[in-house]
Amino acid sequence: MDINQKYTPQSWPDHPETATMEGKNKFIGFWLLLAAETVTFATLFATYLALKDKGPSGMEFSAAGLFELPLVFAMTMILLTSSLTSVYAMYHMKNHNFKAMQAWLGITVLLGATFLGLEIYEFNHYLHLGFGFTNSAFSSAFYVLVGTHGAHVLFGLSWFIALMLRNAKRGLNMYNAPKFYLASLYWHFIDVVWVFIFTVVYLMGVIG
Amino acid sequence: MAHDTHIHVRTQSEFEYAKKKRADEMKGHLATFAIMIFLTLIAFTMVAAGFSTYLIVPIILLMAGIQVILQLYYFMHLSGKGHGMVAFFLFCGIFVAFITVLALVTIVWW
Repeated sequence: MDINQKYTPQSWPDHPETATMEGKNKFIGFWLLLAAETVTFATLFATYLALKDKGPSGMEFSAAGLFELPLVFAMTMILLTSSLTSVYAMYHMKNHNFKAMQAWLGITVLLGATFLGLEIYEFNHYLHLGFGFTNSAFSSAFYVLVGTHGAHVLFGLSWFIALMLRNAKRGLNMYNAPKFYLASLYWHFIDVVWVFIFTVVYLMGVIG
Repeated sequence: MAHDTHIHVRTQSEFEYAKKKRADEMKGHLATFAIMIFLTLIAFTMVAAGFSTYLIVPIILLMAGIQVILQLYYFMHLSGKGHGMVAFFLFCGIFVAFITVLALVTIVWW
């Protein structure tokens, strides 16, 4: 049997992401990566918490004076909604409905790109205020933590787009179903990290 | 080979059952999403309303914790069949993450 075996909704397995040995291996390996990523982000969160509002004497910027909640609230809602739209995409993947899956992934990518655009706007705004990367220990820790998350969003978007384009004419099969599934897991993980960023960095930053 | 799988063509009733089960699961995901939005709103509202810091911090951390559990167990299907090993990986990761944060916030001073 070759990897281009055609399926119908009737012959499509319940768990296409782990129906093959390749899929099972990818699944285990990817969750191991997510566990390692958890530790990566923990080191960045720990650094941020330890260095929050710390820096040279007379430093101008502190978390309470800098962050503004309306923008963060909009970003949070957008990323949370994109998490749901990727759930919809995987729902259609399991129903073997390729077009609906591609459409929902497209919406996810649009929402993710909007989020990234707002983050770039936010960083640009801070830079104009004079809050640069080398300003203080606080500013470095902030940009590294939130910037690493932003880099993950950018990578997730590129991953989705690459999968959508590469498989546009193939349709769903046992070769690409695990790939789509893992990209959506990655996207949920990005949302998990953002939940802690908006809580620990922004909300706890605003209250001082 | 690596991409081989047993092909099982389902009967119409098996197919209808699996399809309905997925649709029900999707409704559950929508409910989960509504709860996540609600938890986020509580967190932002509490900060905007300006309650005491000692009240806000534990509550918003709790909201974040619940929201992450919902993401992991519902959106990422962590409780699903065959997720035992990956849950072990993840909890090891969370354990190390916890120790890391605890260590750095307690030993670093300025």
